[in-house]
Amino acid sequence: MTRVYMDANATTPLLPEVMEAMRPYWIERFGNASSIHLDGQQAHSAVDRARATLAEFFNCHDAEVVFNSGGTEGDNTAIFGLLRPGDHFVTSSIEHSAILAAAERMAAFGVETTFVAPTASGLIDPAAIERALRPETRLISVMLANNETGVLQPVEEIGKIAKAAGAFFHIDAVQGAGKVPLDVHRFGCHLCSISAHKVHGPKGVGALFVRRGTPLEPLLVGGSHERRRRAGTENVPGIVGLAKAAELAMHSLEDGTLVRLAALRDRLEAGILELPGTGVNGGDAPRVANTTNIWFDHLEGEALVIALDLKGVAVSGGSACHSGATEPSHVLMAMGLDKTRARASLRFSLLKTATEADVDYVLKVVPEAVAHLRAISPVAAGTLG
Amino acid sequence: MTERTTIAVAMSGGVDSSTVAAMLAREGGPDAQNSVVGLTLQLWDQTRLAGRHGIPDAPKAGRCCSLDDVYDARRVAEHLGIPYYVVNQQERFEADVVRPFVAEYLAGRTPIPCSLCNNHLKFDQLLKTAQSIGASRIATGHYAVNEFDPARGRWILKRPADLAKDQTYFLFGLTQEQLAHTLFPLGRMTKPEVREVARQHGLALAEKPDSQEICFIPGGDYKQFLTAYLEEQGQQLPETAGELADSNGQVLGRHEGIFNFTVGQRKGLGVSSPTPLYVLNIDPASHRVTVGADEELATRTLRARGLNWISIPALTEPMRVRIKIRHRHEPAWATLELAGADEVLATFDEPQRAVTPGQSAVFYDGDEVVGGGWIV
Repeated sequence: MTRVYMDANATTPLLPEVMEAMRPYWIERFGNASSIHLDGQQAHSAVDRARATLAEFFNCHDAEVVFNSGGTEGDNTAIFGLLRPGDHFVTSSIEHSAILAAAERMAAFGVETTFVAPTASGLIDPAAIERALRPETRLISVMLANNETGVLQPVEEIGKIAKAAGAFFHIDAVQGAGKVPLDVHRFGCHLCSISAHKVHGPKGVGALFVRRGTPLEPLLVGGSHERRRRAGTENVPGIVGLAKAAELAMHSLEDGTLVRLAALRDRLEAGILELPGTGVNGGDAPRVANTTNIWFDHLEGEALVIALDLKGVAVSGGSACHSGATEPSHVLMAMGLDKTRARASLRFSLLKTATEADVDYVLKVVPEAVAHLRAISPVAAGTLG
Repeated sequence: MTERTTIAVAMSGGVDSSTVAAMLAREGGPDAQNSVVGLTLQLWDQTRLAGRHGIPDAPKAGRCCSLDDVYDARRVAEHLGIPYYVVNQQERFEADVVRPFVAEYLAGRTPIPCSLCNNHLKFDQLLKTAQSIGASRIATGHYAVNEFDPARGRWILKRPADLAKDQTYFLFGLTQEQLAHTLFPLGRMTKPEVREVARQHGLALAEKPDSQEICFIPGGDYKQFLTAYLEEQGQQLPETAGELADSNGQVLGRHEGIFNFTVGQRKGLGVSSPTPLYVLNIDPASHRVTVGADEELATRTLRARGLNWISIPALTEPMRVRIKIRHRHEPAWATLELAGADEVLATFDEPQRAVTPGQSAVFYDGDEVVGGGWIV
């Protein structure tokens, strides 16, 4: 059966070049990057080269790149590593749960958090961040691009506000990386998290930009790896894979891939919007090229996700709770959607390798599935939940 | 590609529904796998009331919707190679099952949440979800038999081969439409046979014990649940304390609230007597609870409302049936007659012990379920 994967914001497959780049580091060049012998030096050299690539990706110095296990670790490190009892933390209510849950935990340690709500378009208004500041605000954290809507946040302006307030600024760039150029200087951030598997790299590896002089306590302690900022033997194949994926992502940002991707996304979106009772969440804000989040009135999004999966189309709706059931997206709820519409919203996120045929197939399957669902189980908007 | 009939199996993570999934997934050659989809309804968050009023923090295993059960169901689906999804029905479950359950107890009745769940979630909503995703029928692990009788032009619900596992009492609310689109593959099997089939299919949970208690009440203490749930809702238990009296009207003492009682209850009455006393009646208006001797519990009639008819289109004339008035009750002979637009009066041949408002009365003609209603 045809399968079209339109859930790139959940994860992406390795590009073959990435797998090739990683290949020698499993068996032939298996050394521990901390060892002094030749095997160790080979591994160390690979990590150094990867660090240089990531420095280019972030537009920072090599020494400012800390390899870690991915986006959640980066987000957690920023919060647990900087905030102390009595500090105030400002973030948004549409962040990833790695930020929201970490902030919740810090509440028990005397750190108060202000969660700034987005506008109806899914944008975080810099003025709202500014209003949330207090003299004791030590850290601001706002994402570069939202995972659900793809809306790009005005991080540069927030960076200026942070600077003026003397607060540290962390950007969760997990969903923005590879979709827009990263530039930590232009963003004015002290910390920036990325994850390899969202950019066609391997799962379980990522990087955190840590601006020189940022007094960040490590999350993991032990050995002196990563200049004492992250203990634990380096995941050499993973780091090599991340670097290759970052290198390819930088090419894609310049070779027209994203322009092509935006055109595919726009065609998909326009095709689906021809159906009555549909609309785009966050459609009037600047967005990354690969994402569209669409609501469908008079149906249950969870059933549509399952129906599409059984027809070979992988998309997502809301966030999975512990059991795997779908909860309405906290992002869409924060944007002011009612529960019914939040439940009836689906995210289509295209891989950069998506084709016209993929879009054709989805545009064939979605209208059929929507018509079938609406015929079977008409959910009157606003009567449920 | 030809359209295949797709069957959605309601998987709870227990032996019965897992065996149903295995039987359907492995029937009819290797291609058949694609025609079975596993669905689990997420009905209640077992950790939701944790820590309130002595409700344990960690739910015990073997309850519906516990993480362990979803894990077990998912493992079975993976083992069988069938697609599997968890569907969130928590809001409907709360609205259609939990809130009525609480309201019934507060009104002095003894509810059966399983029947409400079957009527509103397991069959109604599950069937809609199944049809939404392209399945034409659902299959469950209930012990019951359903078959179409061309002579009557009706779908008939019958007691299963394993009478010890008979679940028809909880299924009296099924409509013709629901029966027509439901498979009960275990209806002609015994529980030991089901476990054997589970073993043959290599299901690791073939020996998993049966679940018994009300799935959303961790610890099984419904009074604790009522208090914790109302507290979570920002409410208090309403004041329903009142008098405890005998059947002559003589007041024997006071009680703390009518929700503490169910008809036929002997323990926890708070009065002493040389002979055992039982709850005979709970009056929701005056809050008076009447108690008396075992023999006073017996009544010859009952009234039921909220009727559903299965083997007949409607009751038009008095009918001889056997009636089951609670899950573990041996059906008793009675004459059934209409007593209103949506009410029947049943007169038993022999008086029956502890006819309990809130429970259902299910009417049988031989092995067939004629219909049923809620005891008032």
